[in-house]
Amino acid sequence: MSKRLICATSLGAAVALITLALPAAGQTASKLRMPDGHPDLQGTYDLATMTPLERWPGDPPFLTKEQAEVLQRTEAVRRAKTEGGDEPLPLNRAAPPVGGDTSEPKSYFELLEKRGGGAVGGYNRFWLNQGSAYNQVDGKIRTSIVIDPADGHVPPYNEAARKRLAAARATSESTAHERQDGVAAPPGAFDNPEQRPLSERCLLGFGSTSGPPALPDYFYNDLHQIVQTPDHIMILSEMIHDARIVRMNAQHLPKAIRRWMGDSVGHWEDDTLVIDTTNFNDKTRFRGSTENLHVIERITRVDDKTLLYRFTVEDPDTWDHPWTGEYAWPVTDKPIYEYACQEGNYALGSILRGARRQEAEGAAAQK
Amino acid sequence: MATISPGLRRIFAVAAMMGMGVVQLAGQAYRAPFGADGKPDLNGIWQALNEANYDLEAHIARPAMALRPGPYGPVPAPSTLALGAVGAVPPSLGVVEGGEIPYKAEALAMKKQNQQDWLNRDPEIKCYLPGVPRATYMPYPFQILQSASAITFVYEYAGAVRNILLKDPGPSPSDSWMGQSVGRWEGDTLVVDVSLNDQTWFDRAGNFHSDKLRVEERYTRTSPDVISYEATIEDPVIFTRPWKISMALYRRQEKNAQLLDFKCVEFVEELLYGQYRRRPLNQ
Repeated sequence: MSKRLICATSLGAAVALITLALPAAGQTASKLRMPDGHPDLQGTYDLATMTPLERWPGDPPFLTKEQAEVLQRTEAVRRAKTEGGDEPLPLNRAAPPVGGDTSEPKSYFELLEKRGGGAVGGYNRFWLNQGSAYNQVDGKIRTSIVIDPADGHVPPYNEAARKRLAAARATSESTAHERQDGVAAPPGAFDNPEQRPLSERCLLGFGSTSGPPALPDYFYNDLHQIVQTPDHIMILSEMIHDARIVRMNAQHLPKAIRRWMGDSVGHWEDDTLVIDTTNFNDKTRFRGSTENLHVIERITRVDDKTLLYRFTVEDPDTWDHPWTGEYAWPVTDKPIYEYACQEGNYALGSILRGARRQEAEGAAAQK
Repeated sequence: MATISPGLRRIFAVAAMMGMGVVQLAGQAYRAPFGADGKPDLNGIWQALNEANYDLEAHIARPAMALRPGPYGPVPAPSTLALGAVGAVPPSLGVVEGGEIPYKAEALAMKKQNQQDWLNRDPEIKCYLPGVPRATYMPYPFQILQSASAITFVYEYAGAVRNILLKDPGPSPSDSWMGQSVGRWEGDTLVVDVSLNDQTWFDRAGNFHSDKLRVEERYTRTSPDVISYEATIEDPVIFTRPWKISMALYRRQEKNAQLLDFKCVEFVEELLYGQYRRRPLNQ
């Protein structure tokens, strides 16, 4: 599975950019504060939501409570009826069609599950732990995390990015993160471990779950924990046990030190934690961007149970304008268990071995 | 010194001989800065400065971590030969109290096998999570993030992470490489009880344990830049009795000290998967 399956929903519509005013830097309603007077952002948060990063075609920007309830119920029924769901599958059901179910997905999650698991189904319900409600910010039920552009879509790639991606896709030597084509099996994709998606290699979780920007991955393991001290704020992503440590009021690292999750420095603007991240390496490539990606995150405590997470990403080599998303992080009392990946990664070796076997059989058949 | 009993003096002398005297003596007088919650402040970037990760027990220097018999004594095994002096094992007085790890006979045989087959068996070689206490004394810094409501340890090696649970949730429903850690304060000491799976090792010398391992760690600040670290290791399957290691952890002094990335998973891909490349590099 790769983060590209998330990107696959990008429609890339050209849009007029609207400058959004950031929320007034007011006081949080919560009394939760640290001894140093800053808001206490600590806790474990469940980022799972039904609100996709980008708006599903035809959806309005906001849903009424009734609309949201209908959609949530429909999705719950769909999940219950899939394999491993709450309802047992009929014993006398027909075999799946040859080549699997290739019908058009009717919802965002159906699309994700088909992309992630293949037409014959890679995950049954046991493995999935997806959001069951739409995300709500300022009392409004959102249909996209992206809020700028206002159409709820990540802006289209600019000329430089299109050229870069086209060049990567034209060669069998490029890596999955360079290609960003939403297809796991183009020519060359199985030649070397370095060409496989980062999540398959246990290097970063899929769907930018570690971030920045930290996004829901829409499958499982969406918990994030914040631990806060006056000098450091840690954001732990459950997947791949990736801990990003934000250094408060610090200078960025020298340009030569590049990091998988970038170099994050933070400061307080009234009650908002502002995190500035640069110095990404050239492999992370959030949605096809370059190592010059710059992410600004703003985390505000909304109430005792909720944080508001807002992010703006910019990379002049990828998008002509910065774009912004936001969503609420509800607190959870669920525990985070260890996500040991490398220690049990039988998949990567088997995938490569399988490809070699296939080649050997192909060569034998030609003789 | 006149008021110190002969027995106590002997303990000090032994401790000093073992290289731990300074830390433990200093602990008598020093009181760490306290957080707003009244607990000693363990925040910072810490690192052990010893040879424990090579071998917990006292040892003289060895030519390599994997050896073969030579005509006049052991020489480096072929797979480690190219590293020369870089691959040698530095000497140490050891960090095990009493000097030796009290293995049961069968377990000692397994330890020796582990040491002989070190290249294939040491989880560190495959960049696996190091477990506890090994994570503490690997040659990489780690950071303690402590607030009144949470304590988290983040290790540079493999990006390993431990949450110190301040409320005991009961036995963990799933075993793990870094273990379930339950912490409590005993006076000015952070005491952490850890239960782990049976996959991790104690060092590069093949010292190992079963999934019955319980580690009790004790973190006590003994000066502005030192934590005294003790770990009592109990595993009735492998050892005849509980045993203890102790060492100093030092605060990294650089003004810009911080953890960087050591995602070694990437660095072992050639080792683990190189043979499955379409065109293996060594052909």
